[in-house]
Amino acid sequence: MSTAATRRRTSDTRVGRPHVVWALPGVLFFAFFAVVPMALAFYLSFTTWDGLGDPRPVGLANWHRLLDDPRMTQSLWLTVLLTAASWAFQTVVALLLGVWAAGPQRNRAVLSAIFFVPLLLSSTAVALLFYALLDPNFGIVQKDILGSSSGAFLAIVFVGGWQFIPFHTLIYQGGARQIPQVLYQAAAIDGAGRYRQFFSITLPQLRNTVITSTVLIVVGSLTYFETVLILTKGGPGTDTAILPYLMYEAGFKSYDFGYASAIASFLVLAATGLSLLLVRLSGFGAMRSTREGM
Amino acid sequence: MGSTTSSAGGRTFSRRRLLGAGATTLLTTGLPGLTACGSGGGAGGDGGTITAFVYGDDAVKVQQAAVERFNKSAAAKEAGGTVKLEKVPGSDYSPKLRTAMGSPSAPDVFFNWGGGSIRAYEEAGKLVDLTDTIENDPVLKDGFLPSVLAAGDLKGRHYGIPMRGMQPVILFYNKSVFAEHKLRPPTTWDQLLDLNAKLKKANITPFALGGSDIWPELMWLEYLVDRIGGPEVFRRIQDGDAQGWGDPAVLRAAEMVKELVDDGAFGDKFTSVSYVNGGAPAVFAKGRAAMHLMGSWEYSTQLGKFPDFAEQHLGWAAFPEIEGGTGDVRNVVGNPTNYWSVNSRTRNKDLAIAFLKEAASEAYARDLIDLGDVPTTSNAAQLLDSAPNPEYARFQYDMVEKAPAFTLSWDQALGELGTPMHTEIGKLFAGKSSPAEFVAACKELK
Repeated sequence: MSTAATRRRTSDTRVGRPHVVWALPGVLFFAFFAVVPMALAFYLSFTTWDGLGDPRPVGLANWHRLLDDPRMTQSLWLTVLLTAASWAFQTVVALLLGVWAAGPQRNRAVLSAIFFVPLLLSSTAVALLFYALLDPNFGIVQKDILGSSSGAFLAIVFVGGWQFIPFHTLIYQGGARQIPQVLYQAAAIDGAGRYRQFFSITLPQLRNTVITSTVLIVVGSLTYFETVLILTKGGPGTDTAILPYLMYEAGFKSYDFGYASAIASFLVLAATGLSLLLVRLSGFGAMRSTREGM
Repeated sequence: MGSTTSSAGGRTFSRRRLLGAGATTLLTTGLPGLTACGSGGGAGGDGGTITAFVYGDDAVKVQQAAVERFNKSAAAKEAGGTVKLEKVPGSDYSPKLRTAMGSPSAPDVFFNWGGGSIRAYEEAGKLVDLTDTIENDPVLKDGFLPSVLAAGDLKGRHYGIPMRGMQPVILFYNKSVFAEHKLRPPTTWDQLLDLNAKLKKANITPFALGGSDIWPELMWLEYLVDRIGGPEVFRRIQDGDAQGWGDPAVLRAAEMVKELVDDGAFGDKFTSVSYVNGGAPAVFAKGRAAMHLMGSWEYSTQLGKFPDFAEQHLGWAAFPEIEGGTGDVRNVVGNPTNYWSVNSRTRNKDLAIAFLKEAASEAYARDLIDLGDVPTTSNAAQLLDSAPNPEYARFQYDMVEKAPAFTLSWDQALGELGTPMHTEIGKLFAGKSSPAEFVAACKELK
C-alpha cells in the first residue's frame, strides 16, 4: 500500500511529462479526417450505393463478391507482386546509396543533394514525366513498354523506385550515421575489410532502419495509385490493375461505391495487419537496441 | 488563331471525360457528406438564381455567352430569376456531377451526354421529363434535328435539350500519303483490307490508334457492329438486355478486330499509344500512319497541333461498307451532341426551361459555328458557310443529317457499364482474350 502510494507520487511529480490534453488536437484531427471516413467506408461496404439517393443495406454481398471476383484475385496477386518487387528494388538501392551517402566526403553531400531531387516532385508530375519518356513513338525508348504486361509492370516498379528511393536513402543515411565509429575502428584493427565491415557491422546495425523503411514501402505499395492511373490505367487489359486502382474504378468510374468501399476496407485491414506482423516478427516493437552494450 | 489552337487542344481531352491528374482530388471530394461543390451551389439565398453545371473546356464560352444573353432577356425577367454558370473542369466532370447531385448543392440544370450517361439520374427520379415540354413548344420542337434529339433519349422519353456541336466518328486519311501511293479512301471492307496490304508493303502503318485510352478502340467495334448487324444490335444492349451481346454481329465484329490487330493494321505499339496526350494524332500527322478513325474533333486537334497537316493533307470519309452486312452505310456512330437536363428538385422549373430555349437560338448556333463546331439546330445548314472550314462542316452536317441512325457512343449509352466494357475491349485488342471470350464476358456485364 505504502509502496504503491509512493510510486504514484513519484510519477505525479515527474517533471515535463505532457498532459493527455496535449494530444487532443492531433487525436481530433486524426479522428475527423481518418477514423470517421474509414468508419463511413466500412459502413458503405455493407450497402449498395450509386452516389445518388440513399445507400441500401445488402449485408455481406459486397464482401462475398470480393471473394468471388476473378479481377480481385488477379488484383491481389498483382499487389503482392508489386509490393515484393518494389521492396526488393527500393531496399537494395536505397541501402547502398544511403550507406554511401553517410560518408564524410564533401562530394557526397553535393551528389546526395542531387539524388534527393525526385523526392521534391509530386507523384503525378513524376508519372506524367515518365509517361512522356516512355511514349512508344516519340519517347526515349521507342518500344511498346507500357503496352506489354511485363513492361508495364516493371515500368511501375521502376517509376515508384525512382520517386521513393531518395526518401529511403535519407532514412538509411541517417541510420548509418548513427553507427558508432569505434565499431569500425575495432574491426579495422582486427583486419576486417570493407565488405566484411558492411556485412558484419553496418547491415546488422541498420536492422531497425530496414524495418522502418520496409513498413513504409509495404504500406506505400499497397496504396500505390497515381502512377498506375497515369501510366497504364490498369492495362494492358487488366494486367496492372492493382487493388487501389480497382477500388478507384469501382467507385469513381462505375459508381459502385459499396463494392469500392469493400475493397478499401479490405486494403485498410490488410495494410494494418501486414505492418503489425512486420513489426512483431522483427521484434521492432520491443525496441531492442542494436548497439552492443548500449 | 492562338485561342482556337488552345481550344482545340483542350477540347480533345474534354470530349471524353478522361480522368487524368485530377484523380487524387476526386478521391477526397468523392466522400459523401464531405463534398464541396463550388461556391454557387443551390443553397438559395438570392431568390431567383439557378445554377447550371457545365463541362469546363474552352467551348464553355458559348454557354457563358448564352447565360449572359439570357440573364438580360425578357424571358428571364418573366420567369423571375437569373442563371449562374458553374464551370467544372473536364476531367472531374462526371464524378463531380454525381456527388453534387446527391448533395444539397445540386445544380438545377446540367450538361450531360444523354442516354446511359443520365440513366441513373432518371432512375433516382432526379430528372424532369421534357417530352411534353418539347412537344408543346414550337421553339424546342422544331429547333433541333430530330435524330439528335432522339439519340439522347431514354426509352422514348426526352430528358435533354441539345446544347453543343455534333461529334460523329469519321475515317480521316492523309491525302499526301494516299496520293503518293496512288490510293483512294476505302468504300468497302475489301478495299480497306487491300489498302492495308499496300500500305504495309510501303512500311506505313495503315491506322493510327490510341489504344491505351480504349475509347478509340471502341469506335472500331461501334462501326463494325453497326455495318454488320445494323443499329438494332446495340439498341437492344442499350435498352438493358445483356444477351444482346450474343448477337452474331458482335462476335463477327470482334473477330474482324482480331484479324486487323493480328494483321498489323494498327502497328505493333498501339496498346501504349494514347490519343489524349497527342500520341496518335502525331503518328497520323507525321505520315507514320495513313488513316485515323476518330471523332469529328480530330480536325480541331490537328489544326491545333499540326496546322499545316490539317489544312493541306487531312482528308475525311465515311466508314466503309461491309459486304453482306445489313447495316446502312449512311449510319453514323459517335456523340450526337451534349445535352442540358433539368434537376427535378430545381427551385424554378420555368426559369430552367426558358433558359434551355436559348440553345435553339440563332445567336447560340452562330457561336458554335465560330468555334468550329457544327450545331444540331435545324437552322444549322444556313450557317455552315461561315464555318472556319465550310467544306468540312458541310461534310459533317450532311453525314449526320442523312444518317438513318446515329448510335450514341457505347460507353456513354451504357453509363455505369461503360467501364467494365472498356476493360473487355482493351483485353480484346491487346490479345488477352479471344473474340468468343470477349462476347462471353460482355454478356456477364451488369
